Amino acid sequence: MRWMRIKALIIKEFLALLRDPRGRAVLIGPPIIQLFIFAYAATLEVTNVDVMVLNRDAGSWGEELLHRIEGAPTFRTVAHAQGPEAVRDAIDTQRVIAAVQIGPSFSRDIEAGLPTDIEVILDGRKSNASQIVGGYLDEIVTGLAADTPVGQRLASAAIDIVPRNWFNPNLIYQWFMVPNLIASIALVIGLIVTALSIARERELGTLDQLMVSPLRTSEIILGKLTPPMIIGLFNITLYILAAVFFFEVPLRGSLLFLYGGAIFYLAAVVGVGLFISAMAMTQQQAILGAFLFMVPAMLLSGFATPIDNMPRWLQPVTLINPLRYFLVIVNGVFLRDLPIGEVVKNAVPLALIAMGTLSAAAWLFRRRLE
Amino acid sequence: MSEPEVARQAVEAAYHGRARRFVALVRKESYQIVRDPSSILIAFVLPIILLFIFGYGVSLDATRTRVGLVVESTTSITQSLAASFQASPYFEVINGHDRREFEQDLVTGGVYGIIVIPSTFANDFAASDAPKIQVIVDGSDPNTASFVQSYAQGVVATWTALQGAETTGGAPIIAVNQRFWFNAELISRDFLVPGAIAIVMTLVGTLLTSLVIAREWERGTMEAMMATPVTAAELLAGKILPYFVLGLASMTLCVLLAVFLFGVPFRGSLLALYTLSATFLIPALGQGLLISALTKNQFLASQIAITTAFMPAFLLSGFLFEINSMPRMIQWITMIVPARYLIPSLQTVFLAGDIWSMFLPAIAIMLLIGAALFAMAARNTRKRIG
Repeated sequence: MRWMRIKALIIKEFLALLRDPRGRAVLIGPPIIQLFIFAYAATLEVTNVDVMVLNRDAGSWGEELLHRIEGAPTFRTVAHAQGPEAVRDAIDTQRVIAAVQIGPSFSRDIEAGLPTDIEVILDGRKSNASQIVGGYLDEIVTGLAADTPVGQRLASAAIDIVPRNWFNPNLIYQWFMVPNLIASIALVIGLIVTALSIARERELGTLDQLMVSPLRTSEIILGKLTPPMIIGLFNITLYILAAVFFFEVPLRGSLLFLYGGAIFYLAAVVGVGLFISAMAMTQQQAILGAFLFMVPAMLLSGFATPIDNMPRWLQPVTLINPLRYFLVIVNGVFLRDLPIGEVVKNAVPLALIAMGTLSAAAWLFRRRLE
Repeated sequence: MSEPEVARQAVEAAYHGRARRFVALVRKESYQIVRDPSSILIAFVLPIILLFIFGYGVSLDATRTRVGLVVESTTSITQSLAASFQASPYFEVINGHDRREFEQDLVTGGVYGIIVIPSTFANDFAASDAPKIQVIVDGSDPNTASFVQSYAQGVVATWTALQGAETTGGAPIIAVNQRFWFNAELISRDFLVPGAIAIVMTLVGTLLTSLVIAREWERGTMEAMMATPVTAAELLAGKILPYFVLGLASMTLCVLLAVFLFGVPFRGSLLALYTLSATFLIPALGQGLLISALTKNQFLASQIAITTAFMPAFLLSGFLFEINSMPRMIQWITMIVPARYLIPSLQTVFLAGDIWSMFLPAIAIMLLIGAALFAMAARNTRKRIG
């Protein structure tokens, strides 16, 4: 009898979400579009940028440096500046991201075996990209220095650094991005679907009908959390398929761990969503409340920047962020074959968040009625 | 009373009636904003949270990355190189003697890299016979991986220069003097704040507006309004004007916090700041109107606003990721993202000053996108009614 009641509620919830064809489309379409666009857009590699060179050196070494910069695949165009005003103007208006200035004594110094220098001006408004461009230019100059007479003499003593990139030998950015997007997009859709569920009934006045039904609070919560979890798992399955077959991200770990982690993650997300929903009086409040949680959750998850880089006092705040734990699981299982111990270590906090938020939601729900 | 006098009075009355209607509409919408705590949350609390996160939490500048340092055999020369790594401000070094000690940590994320100084290093270095060290990094986070690689290279280069000081004077053959204009110390907060402003204005302009109007459609109050003498244009203008003001207020709060609390420089003029922001709100509000007119449902509106406004403002605006480096097709898509034009201009207002030759084209394009969105919104609103 009890299960019949819950089943009826689950079916009703599913109908509310899926009855409208536009509602169905919006549960699948935007998340997939987001995955594809953002997997391609979000790259911290810097390519195709425009730079400028002001070469005041009459000798062959300045010319050689210019050739090497022009030959580098990173730069789309290399403009030749006539004077410092041209450099200032091009940087100011962001026509170029960097400008290399070669002084008049550059070749002379190199031929004489004297240490020399060049100046690189970078656009600090885009400090991230310009740092990377600065690194590329450094590499080109180091290469040139090694070919100078002094450089060739010193070459035998130079230390060779042998780089090894485990788990992702060519540092393909999408291998990092796609698993992260799986977790983030599931957060967006899961949170909003659940945040609306109670708030919508409250706004439309159907919550009272639900209350006079024989359903108990815990049964209502159970009925409300099942459909979003199933939709979430369905979406995650789509993303995993896209990750493996379209983006060709290696899935080295166990799919079982991945789904196990996903269930705890979705339970935590749905818990947060229902808590927000129980608190909200209107759908607008529910959606905006979900945003108020979602934006900080994404920024403080370790996705954009490692949690270790955050200030000490802020790091504990990330402990209540479900995304933080699932990111470890999803990235780890995909690329590093994360061992079971680590999966459990990250699933336990998710389970705690789910229990905490769901009981808080039930409590709030009951209180709001009195 | 002469006839022209009557006509004049009639026109005046009509004009006053229209103005009164409009003021009433604006007032009603403003009350709604003030009364609902959620619009205050999104316009004033979220900006504060965002600025605090960007101010303290999210810095793209890598600081002290944890790595394992393996010295396979201890000699004075390997000790000296190891000491350079330990002293580096970029690494938090855990010492070891065998790389296997750290391999598991690399899998679980305990360390981001392993730096191996092999047992052959001391001899090879003494003999100038191509000495090698190995840097193993966790490639599953390519960003941190390349940071570790390049910082390791930097440590080794500095150490080599010191070792060779007797023979070469310690100076590199060609030094590269990097100068970062506008943000010499590369404080990432300084360029993240303009991005935060764009995101907040997108949320107020597009998400909040589309939700509010979608609700009116959902409840049928929009149709009720249409039946009053208010024209469709007046109705839409009356609805969005309060959100326009709210967006500017929210932006002002961001700027005040950024400048006075976080010390972000403000080198441009208020005129440029408000002109750019006000222009940006036109396409943002137009998009909100269009979404609500098309969906007439709060859930659909929120999903579409997130996909077409919020996420693009974050990811397709050049705020975090360089547009030039994206695939060609994605670059085309960014052309219609208004935030793409706002963010570089705002970064310039904050860090460089007024460069109108850069702002004017941005303003023109934002106006163009705004006009197109409003035209589409108006068409859809009328069509649905008729």
